[in-house]
Order: sequence, then structure tokens, then C-alpha cells
Amino acid sequence: RPVLSNGRELTTPTKMTLREQLRAKISAAFYHHGLLCASYPVPIILFTSASILTCCYPLLKLPLPGTGPVEFTTGVRDYSVPSHEPHGDQGERPDWYRGPPVAYIQQVLVKAAVSPWDSSLVPVDVFRSPLGQVFRLLEEIRNHVYSDSSGVRSLESLCLQVTDLFPGLRRMQTVLPEHGCLLVSPGNYWQNQRELFDSDPDLFKTIQKHEPKGLHTSATLRDLLFGVPGKYSGVSHYNKKRVVTYTITVVLLSYDARFLNSLRARLKQLHPSANCSLREDHMVHVHFKEEIGIAELIPLVTTYIILFAYIYFSTRKIDMVRSKWGLALAAVVTVLSSLLMSVGLCTLFGLTPTLNGGEIFPYLVVVIGLENVLVLTKSVVSTPVDLEVKLRIAQGLSNESWSIMKNMATELCIILIGYFTLVPAIQEFCLFAVVGLVSDFFLQMFFFTTVLSIDIRRMELADLNRRLPAEASLPQPKPVPLRTREAPPPPRPSPHTITLQTPAFRNLRLPKRLRVVYFLARTRLAQRIIMAGTVIWIGILVYTDPAGIRAYLAAQVSEQSPLGDPGVSGLSPHLAVAPVFAAGDPTSALNIHPAPDPTPVPENQSQGHHSSGRALPLPPLSHSVPQITWGAEDEEGWRRLSFRHWPSLFSYYNITLAKRYISILPVIPVSVHLSPQEAIETRHPHDTRHRPPLIPKVSADLQTDLTLYKVAALGLAAGVLLVLLLFCLYRVLCPRNYGQNGAAHGRRRRGDLPCDDYGYSPPVSEISPLLLRGHSMDIECLASDGMLLASCCLAGQIRVWDAQTGDCLTVIPKQWLSSSSGCWEQREGLDGLSREPEGLGFESRDPSIGGENLSEEDYFPLRRRASPSRLALFTDQPDLTPLIDTNFTSQPPSHLSTPPKEGFDYGSLVERAYTEHEPPSPSSYPCASSASSSPSSAAQPQRRLSVGDGGGASSQERGSGSGSQAAADWESSVWAMELRGNLIAAGRSSGKLELWDAVEGSLRCRNEDGVSGITALAFLNNRIVAARLNGSLDFFTVEINKPLALLQYRGAPGQGSMPPSPCYTSEDVISCQLTRSVQCAHQKPITVLRAAAGRVVTGSQDHTVRVYRLEDSCCLFTLQGHSGGITAIYIDQTMVLASGGQDGAICLWDVLTGSRVSHVYGHRGDVTSLVCTTSCVISSGLDDLICIWDRSTGIKLYSIQQDMGCGASLGVISESLLVTGGQGCVSFWDLNFGDLLQTVYLGQSSDSQVVRQLLVLDNAAIVCDFGSELSLVYVPSVLEKLD
Amino acid sequence: MSLTPKFLTLTAMSGGAGAGPRGPYMSFITDRNTNLLIRGGLLFSVGVFLALVLNLLQVQRNVTLFPPDVISSIFSSAWWVPPCCGTASAVIGLLYPCIDSRVGEPHRFKREWSSVMRCVAVFVGINHASAKVDFANNVQLSLTLAALSIGLWWTFDRSRRGFALGVAIALLATLTTQLLVYNEFFQYTSPDFLYIRSWLPCIFFAGVITMGNIGRQLALVRGGSEHLLMRSE
Repeated sequence: RPVLSNGRELTTPTKMTLREQLRAKISAAFYHHGLLCASYPVPIILFTSASILTCCYPLLKLPLPGTGPVEFTTGVRDYSVPSHEPHGDQGERPDWYRGPPVAYIQQVLVKAAVSPWDSSLVPVDVFRSPLGQVFRLLEEIRNHVYSDSSGVRSLESLCLQVTDLFPGLRRMQTVLPEHGCLLVSPGNYWQNQRELFDSDPDLFKTIQKHEPKGLHTSATLRDLLFGVPGKYSGVSHYNKKRVVTYTITVVLLSYDARFLNSLRARLKQLHPSANCSLREDHMVHVHFKEEIGIAELIPLVTTYIILFAYIYFSTRKIDMVRSKWGLALAAVVTVLSSLLMSVGLCTLFGLTPTLNGGEIFPYLVVVIGLENVLVLTKSVVSTPVDLEVKLRIAQGLSNESWSIMKNMATELCIILIGYFTLVPAIQEFCLFAVVGLVSDFFLQMFFFTTVLSIDIRRMELADLNRRLPAEASLPQPKPVPLRTREAPPPPRPSPHTITLQTPAFRNLRLPKRLRVVYFLARTRLAQRIIMAGTVIWIGILVYTDPAGIRAYLAAQVSEQSPLGDPGVSGLSPHLAVAPVFAAGDPTSALNIHPAPDPTPVPENQSQGHHSSGRALPLPPLSHSVPQITWGAEDEEGWRRLSFRHWPSLFSYYNITLAKRYISILPVIPVSVHLSPQEAIETRHPHDTRHRPPLIPKVSADLQTDLTLYKVAALGLAAGVLLVLLLFCLYRVLCPRNYGQNGAAHGRRRRGDLPCDDYGYSPPVSEISPLLLRGHSMDIECLASDGMLLASCCLAGQIRVWDAQTGDCLTVIPKQWLSSSSGCWEQREGLDGLSREPEGLGFESRDPSIGGENLSEEDYFPLRRRASPSRLALFTDQPDLTPLIDTNFTSQPPSHLSTPPKEGFDYGSLVERAYTEHEPPSPSSYPCASSASSSPSSAAQPQRRLSVGDGGGASSQERGSGSGSQAAADWESSVWAMELRGNLIAAGRSSGKLELWDAVEGSLRCRNEDGVSGITALAFLNNRIVAARLNGSLDFFTVEINKPLALLQYRGAPGQGSMPPSPCYTSEDVISCQLTRSVQCAHQKPITVLRAAAGRVVTGSQDHTVRVYRLEDSCCLFTLQGHSGGITAIYIDQTMVLASGGQDGAICLWDVLTGSRVSHVYGHRGDVTSLVCTTSCVISSGLDDLICIWDRSTGIKLYSIQQDMGCGASLGVISESLLVTGGQGCVSFWDLNFGDLLQTVYLGQSSDSQVVRQLLVLDNAAIVCDFGSELSLVYVPSVLEKLD
Repeated sequence: MSLTPKFLTLTAMSGGAGAGPRGPYMSFITDRNTNLLIRGGLLFSVGVFLALVLNLLQVQRNVTLFPPDVISSIFSSAWWVPPCCGTASAVIGLLYPCIDSRVGEPHRFKREWSSVMRCVAVFVGINHASAKVDFANNVQLSLTLAALSIGLWWTFDRSRRGFALGVAIALLATLTTQLLVYNEFFQYTSPDFLYIRSWLPCIFFAGVITMGNIGRQLALVRGGSEHLLMRSE
């Protein structure tokens, strides 16, 4: 059984439940599968592609979904109305060809010309008299009656009777027939009245009057009435051919072959078409699909927009891979091809999709989802980087196997429930979804995993390439002193430096400029997605073709090759179930065979013909007859119309053709030849006056061309507008400023309040920070136990402050190295103290001290205590203040032991002032400090008591005792410091451990057992644990030889979880004994040490974390799981253990079992600090990012970008309040929502210093270092929250 | 003597950072009122948009073929319906995070934009199904829609207070609609009274859940992730 993941070996083997067994099996299976995928990427991808293609193969048989009408051709002679029930010979007939059609369309195609053309004729004559013929023809048709044995039939009895126009079409009222037969012709323009036509001065204007002003790409009124596209009608002033073409469209409700034949024969007889060889033996049934109008498109587009947003937001989460784009594409491909596979498989097994594919597609994608893919990516990415790619993939897969299987099972269950709703549409949807889910799972496992493995491999290769130059320059030590971390380590680490190895991720930290570029790249990513969405949307628009653009284009194409392709004559007509506007029209190919006239002229053709008395002058067959030609394109002239022609005609009468069909009968050709005399007779007086207008360039060609351009331009404009709109929306939703504003902010004037882009400044807090000044160099260590605060600067000076008031209590100076500054500090301390009695309360003195700075500190009323600002100026100069300071008059006698009220004891100070060559005693003025501490301090009475009965003798003795050793102390710097009670434990780089009295400033004890520098200290109860540079761990016990009865405990307020620290009084003799030393605790320097709950946890450069028991220094666990040195550890009373390493990983461990609970990769570069609350883990890294993770799931909730260099400074004040340090300020955040609550500026020159360390005290105060100063910030609003 | 600070890197970094002036904390919109206004506006527009689109879906069910001037028929129903929906959605979207913060435990389940988008898509899908799918009877329609809505809640919310609030608001809204109808302020487009009644509460419930989801995510946006984006250079 393979070892599943790193942390799991330590799991205590318990009896596994069935669930756990299942889980283990699943994860083992996934592990093997991952190995397989990563080992053979190419064959697996080939296999997957092949299976996708195989599954999609049945899709080829499906007709392309679309809204174009479908047609079916039958012969006229043996036509009978199809029955509703399906017949046996179903194979040839489409399934919609059932029942009677909505209507039969009989078109009478009229071609009329004035011939011969006379030069005396005006252009209007081209169409006036030919159009006038329509009235006669109409009359003929209306009055045609056919009677035989079965009765008399007229048009009235057969035609489709319409009742009412659609209510919204009042403007059409005058033009379209409102009652009676639906008979449409150009005569409708003049209400079918010859008189109106004759008196119309401008025919053309009448025709144009009804044209819509705007775009008209679908059927216009002119098309409807003329029955041929406007371009072919010939009604224009520039008609070169001088032939006018129009149709009279008769819509019949029932089909009567004999009546129609008689009508045909009659018309043919009246107007014979000499060279007409149109076929008359086929009728075409056209089936219209469901319409998608603009209105239906709106919800569709909405769903697609939501879909794209979903895909965008999902793929945006893919992180830390080589190519985000590639993986996002792979994810989308996975989902899409799984859908295709599902449709293909369903078709293969005989299920024909009836749902509208375009409509359900977005929902299917959303149901299937991209989640698994993302989870897989995240899991694989967060495996240790140093593993082999195969193992990483396998581990990542097996880590997530359980949740993936669980999710899949849940979704399948939900969908199965949906299947039992017994609604056919939902059932079909569910069926598709189930098959899609399964195939998606298959693709994830094979396709996506393999792509991921390739990507990870590529990333590692790239990493390797990038790292190589850095390692090549390894032998030359870099002279940059500030970048020690990057400097190559010497072979043997010197005892005074911690040399950290170059971590792998160090190189991933990008320069700032590059990061800006990446941000810009990310912007374009968003824009691109929007653009792609728009393009696809426009594509859908064109495809579904609501505006008839495609028809127009098809018309254009068919115009260029009017005969179609005669080569495809092999197709038989009855098989022709083809889109109407297909290029190779099968029916048009048939006109090669000249068809004999199939309809015999009936004998009784002209019976009941009332108007026969009027002699129709047959036009003489002149030589200009060839003007009228009949071609194949006339046979089915309706093909050139928009395919919405018939639906729109019927929709005017509220009849829908959606999912129904109409039958189009063969046209009746009519040729009319008119003599010039007739044309002149029918002239209107206006026609001659009104010379051919040159102004209206309304040539039909030009007009349609213009229409096309208009469509294109408007479409383009709409697209641009949409993109702009979406972009604006995007900017509103995600108002990022991609680094453009950063420079402007950097250069704001000093003294200005910082504000954001909107000119809004965060509220200036009434929280005023308290600056603690005194250190001359940057602060290195900070320690506190709630009441006292100890700080140590780079110069080695330790100062003890009162955490409540911010007073400097003690200075533990470094005498010999920088005696001037050390003495100065003492003097200053005295200075502060000597001024102390002048005021009664500190608060009352504030204005007087701060007054000198008040003018410039309007915004930041800083309270400065005991620390004049001239401090920094004099640090380098020889300072004579110690001499001046020995001002004995202001001080009580040094050895006076009686005055308990004052308690000043400057004996040692005086001594030192006189004997400067002697090593001074650090216990300079204990009583003074106790006096200056706040009266509320609980420690004060006992301190005073101790001074009172302790007397100077013991301190004298201690001073001399420790003074002899003190000379060596100052050689090394303090690396670690801890404060408990009133004892300061300081670990030095020389390996010495010192215990100082925080109040008196005296050295109480020291231990010189170790030589290797102490890198970290933990002080718990009476035990001190010291971690050393050489990897050893020393346990010390602090012993106080004093009766236990006198040992007093200070009750620390609000510190219920911590054991109270004992207070060591000054008379105790404290000894510090090494109880146990673990020599080889770690192979490499120990970097972190934390102790809580009776455990000591160490983290080292050797990538391991060890857990020790505090009582017996027994090593409990060695936790492996990091692939870099450990840089941060968090442990608290509730046994929560978190560790962060140089690899940017954060591990959560179970302290009781030593197993790894979760493992996430959060940072590029070291994790610098870690804090846990009950619900989340807060980490910060060298990338200046603070990430907040959900503790139970390991999901990143959000992250906060910090200012440069302040990544490590963070603290948690309460369960929901996070404080972070920044550039000259500290910020408070609401942990639950990530809101910035408040920003407190520490100083006026806020951009000079960076808060690097931050310590949260128990009384809800925050201490942060601020260069050489400390800043104490109270959070009053939190106090009530704590209670 | 050897003055070796323990973690040189940190001091080194501070030295480097101190040299160049850096932007201070840019707080995005900490002012609660402004933020509330922006969120409310966004939610309002989302609500109006969804109301229009979904109304269109419902209109489609009853009209087989749209008249040419269908766009005007979007607004043919009472003009105040979309603003009402918008206001309601703004209120709901603000109410959810507010209740979350009052209770003290923020909603953590699937707090991502992709999940929110999924939720909206499912909501539109439920509407689509109710408009397009032909059900045998009203009981079936009701049951299916109820199951779908509860599925929506379980998939995207799973919080008890979210459910309670959703049910409460759905009942309230249904009651209000019925009152309006009885007082003839408002008429259903379809005479099928039962159809509407069975359709309404489930859609209301799903809508409340969806708007609450959006509102919660918006409340989260201004805090954490946006700060990251705002302040990184």
C-alpha cells in the first residue's frame, strides 16, 4: 500500500471503518491513476482524443440545429393531403409532413412589358401600364368559377379567409386585405381599385410610402405585395430591361386540383407565355421551425453572459501553474467535449434530442461545472515542489479523490431525483446531464490530469532554467550586505551568522515592474474574454439570423449563379429535405429535363366566365417579344424572397407558421405585352411633367446595397457599443487600478493625509499612538508579558517599558562598547524621572510636553514621555552627561535604606560615576523605576516591599557578583529575548543565556554552557528552552531558592489561558540550570521555537518540525512535510500547530497524533508569520501578502496586500480583529469580512518607516517597532469585545 | 565585536524599503454609507434586469408569436414591477450580509464569484424551465419547482437563516401579490390562476436565495480581495 502523503505515516493505525476503508481504496486508486497519467502523457491524450471523436461521430448524422425552414417536394398530380397518422413509408417523408398545411400558396407570376419601346415614352411608362394590368388579372382570378358535377367552386370558397389584422398593425390597414380572401398583389397599394391607380400622380411614391424608414432586412411590405424581391420587380425609373415583374399571391385553405387547373388554363389562354417552359408538376412544402425573435434572444443572451461570467470567474482561480491560459482552455475543452460526448452517446443509443440545444447548453455547462478541474489543479499545485512530477500528480489526485467522488455521487443523486419528476423535458435534460457528468469525469481523469502533468513539468523545467544562473554564481559571495539571505552560505556556518539557504521560491519573487506587467496582462485577459463573448454572441446572432442577413447573403449568392449547380442532378427530388437556401438546390437542377405539360386543359374551362365579353386585346407578337424571358429562376421565384416572407405575411393575421408547414404550388406564368399606345393612354398627366427625377437615387440595387452597408455598420456599432458597455460594467464591478496610481501616491506631499483614488481619506482615528523613544538603533527583539514590555535594539541595549503607560522603566545598557550612548540613556532616564514628581498625573502633563511640537502635529497628537527628541543627535559624540548627571543634591543619599516613600536608590550609579573604569553594575536605580511605574500596577506594593526589607546590601552584593562577569556580555548581540514576570531572558549570539531583572535592571543569573548562538528562546513557567544555531536544544530550569509561600503570583488580567507568571523578587537568588541538552535536535540551525500547552515546537532549516514535551524534554514527533526550511510556527493552548516554510507552504498539524491536517501553498517565498484563530489561519509571507485561510477546509478566504517589507507584522487582537503593520501605520481589519476598519498613523512622516514587528499585548494594546522607536497603540474599542 | 542581528533579512528589507517612498494604505471604500449605496445600486440594477428578462420568459409562454413591436411589450406589464423587484432585491441583498454580521458568523460556504454566477444561472434556469417546459398539472409544476428551489438553496447556501429568511420573504411576497391581484392593482397575463399561484412562491424563494448570495459576495468584495487588488502596484 503506497504511502499516500507525507504527513500520514504518523497516523496511529486504528481500526478503520468502512468509510475509511473506502476512502483509502479510492485514494489509492487515484494515486495509481495519477502515476499512470503522468507517466504516459502522450498516449493517454491520444487515447482521449480518439474516444472524444468516436463519441462525437454520431453527431454528424444530426441535422444542424437552426431556424431555417426545411422543404419537401412532392408531385402535384398524385397529391393528396397527408394524414395525421404516420404512414408506413415513413422513410421518405419528414416527420413534420403530417396533416394539412396551414395554407396553399398559389402565385401568379406576371411579367409585363411595353413593347416595342418607343423613344417617346417616359420612364414612368415602364411600369405604369404594366402595373395597371394587375387589376384586370385580379378581376379575372376573383371571378373565375369552376363548376362540374360536384358543384360550383369559386375562389371565395377555397381561399383562406382572413378576419382581422393583428391589432398592432393599424398602419397596414389600408394596404393589406382585412376581410375575405387573402389575395395579395401590387394592386393592394391602391385598394385594388383601378380608379385610385389611375388618379395616382406618383406611383413610385405610393410604393415607397409604405417602406419602413429604418432597416428592413426581413420581408417588407413591398416584397409581400410584389411577391418578388424589390430588386427584381423592375419598378424603378432606371429599369434597363423594361420588364416589370410581380406576382399575385393567392392563399388557399383547401386544395382543389381541378379549380386550380382551370384557373391556370384560363390565365394561360388569356396571356400566353410563348417561350415558357416552367415545370408545373411539383409542389414544395416548406416547414418552418420555431422562431427565435429578439425577444426570445434576450433571455438566451442573458444565460450565455452568465455562463461566460461563470467560466471567467472559475478559470481565474487557476494559479501557480505555468500557463494559466492553457489550463483554462483545457478546462473549458473538457467540459465542452464532455457535453458533445454526452449528446453523441445519447444519439448513438437511439435518443433523439428534442430540446433546443442552444437553450439548454449553458445550463448543462453550469450543472456539470468546472469545479472539479479547479480543485484538481489546486490540489496538485499544493503538493511539495521538490517531489517528482509523477508523484506530485499522484498525490494531488489522491488528496482530492474523496471529495471528488463525494461531489460526483451527490450530483448524480440530485440529477437522478430530477429524472423522477416525470416531466419529459426535464428527464431529457437529466439524461444528458448524467451522461455529461460521467464523460466529464472520464475526461477530467484522463485528459485534464495529463494536461496538468505536462504543465507542471514545463513549469519545473522553467524553474530549473531560471534557477541555474543563480546557482552558477554561487562561489562569489555577494558584497551586498543587506541581502544576506541571498548570499551563498559558507561551507561551515560561522557561529555568529545564520545563513539561510537559497530557497527555490526565492527566485520566483518577481521584480515590481514585472508584476505590473503581469497585472496588465491580467487586465487584457478580462477584456479578451469579454471580446470573445461578444464575438460568439454576434456569431450566434448571425447563425440564428433574426434579421435575415443570411437570407440576404444567400440571395446575393444565388443571384450570381442563378442556375445553381447543375452537376448535382443525381439527387432525386423526393429525397430533398434540404434547407431552402442551400447552394446546390436539388429541385432547381431538375429543370434540365423539359417537362411536358402534365395538366390537360379541361373542357369546361371557361364556363361561367362572366367577363368574357370584354375582349382582351391579344398583344401582337412583335419582334420585341424576347424582352420577356422565362428562366429557371422564375420557376420558384419565392426562393429569392426572405425566408421570413411567408411567416411575416401570416403573422399579420396572427397565424403562426412556427412548427407548421405551407405548400407552395407551381407558379402560373403570365406574360403581358402592351403597346406604346396603351402606355400613353394610361399615363397620368403628372408623369410627363414630372421628368425622371435624378435626385432620388433609389435604384433598387443601390438601395439593397445600402441596406447591407447599413446592417454592417450598425452591427459593428452595436458590437463596439456592447464591448464598451461591458467594459464599463467590468470596471464598475472590479475597479482595479493596475498600478497606475501608485506613483502618484508615492509622491504625495508630506503632511497630507493619505487618501485613495476617490479622494476619500480613511477616518482619522482618535486612537493616538504612544511613541516610546529611547533606542538609538533599530529594534531587534520585542517581548512582553502583558504588563511589561522589553525591547532590544541592534546596539544591544535592552529597555523595559511599562506596557500600560509607556514609561521607560529600566535601561539595561551596554556600557563598554558605546559608553556614551549608554550613559546618555541613563541620564535621560534620570531626566525623565527627576521631572516625574512635578506633575501629579501623566495626562495632565501631556500638553506641556507635547506643546513644542503641537504646531506641526495637528493631526497626530503624540504623547511623548520621558524622551526628549534630541536623543538621536548626540549618540555619536562623546558625551559628558554622566558627569553632569551626578547631581547629588537632587538625589537622596545612595545607601540610605530607610526612605520607603521615595525608594530612590542611586547608590550604584554614584559608585559608577566615580569609578568609571570598573565594570558598572546594571542595577542602577531600581526604586526609581518602581516609583515611576503606574500606580495601578499590581506589582508596585511588593516591589516597594522588597526594596524596603531587602536593603542595599544584597543588591550591592549582587552587583559586585555579576559585575565581574558582565564585561564579556557586551561582546555579542542579543538574538532572542523573552519576558516572564519580571525576568528577562536574553539569548546572545555568543551562546550565553542571561536572566535580567526587568524592574531593577540587574543581571540575576547567567549560563554559559553553550557556545553556539541562541537563536530562539521560550520561557514558560520556570523553564527556559533555548534553541541554538548548531541545532541543539537546551532546557533550563529557573530555580528560586526562596520559600514557596513568599512566591507571589501576579494575576495577569485577561490571560485566563496562560499560567500566571511568578514574580521574582529582588532578594531571591535565581539560578538557571541546564537540565537537559538535546544535542542534535536538528541537523541545521533552529530558526523558530514556540512553546505552549506543555509542548515545545522547533522548526529548523532542515525542513522538519519537532515537537518536544516540556516536562521531560522528550521528542514526541518529527513532522515532515515541508520542502524548505521552517520559518514560522504557531502553537497555542488549544494544541493547534501550524508551520510555515521557505517553500511558501503552510501545514496544519495535529499535535496529539503528529499527523498533517492540511497543507496549502500560499506564498511565493517564505512564510514569515503565522497566527491561528479558532476559525482561520492567518499567514504572511515575504511576498508581502497576508492570506486568511479557512482552518477546517484550507481554502483561502481572501488576502491582503501589505506594504513592502511589513509582511511579517501582524497580530490578532480578538477572534475577529486583525492588526497589520504598514508604512508608518497600523491597520485594523475585520477578520470575518476582511474590511479595513481603521488605520492608525504612527507618525507624521508616515512613509519613512516601516512597521516590521508587531506584538499584541493582553490588554489589547499593540506594540510595534517603528524604526528605532516603539509605538504603543491602544485599541479601546476592542476592550469591551474582549470581556 | 560582532554585532550580528538575528534576522538580517528583515532589517535589510526594511532598509531597502525605507529608501523609496511607498504608497500609504489606500483604503478603498471604508465609508459604510457610500459602500452601502454602491452595493444597493448594483443589486437594484441586477434585480431590475432579472425582472425584465424573466418577465419576458413568462410572456413567451403565453404568446406563441411575438408581434413585431415586442420590445415595447416587455414594458407592457405594469411599469412599477421591475423597480419593485429591484428594490426588493437590493433590500434582500443588503439584509443577508447584515444578518450574517449580526449573528456573528459570516457565511463561508462557497464564497466565490464563480459559485455566485452558477447560482444566478441556475435561478434563470429554474425560471426558464417553469416557462418553457410543459407540465402535466399544477401539482407537478409546484413540486418540481419546489424541489429545484430547495436544491438551489442546498447547493449554494446551506445556512439555516438563509432558508428561514427565504421562506419568510417568499411567503410575504406571495401574499402581497395575491392582495394586489385581489384589489385589482395588477393582473396576471394568464387567466390560469392556479398556474401562477403554484409558480410564484418557489420562484420567489429561489430569487431570495440568489439575491442573498450576490449580496453576500458583494459585501465580501469591498473588504478583502478588493483591497488586494487596489493596493498592489
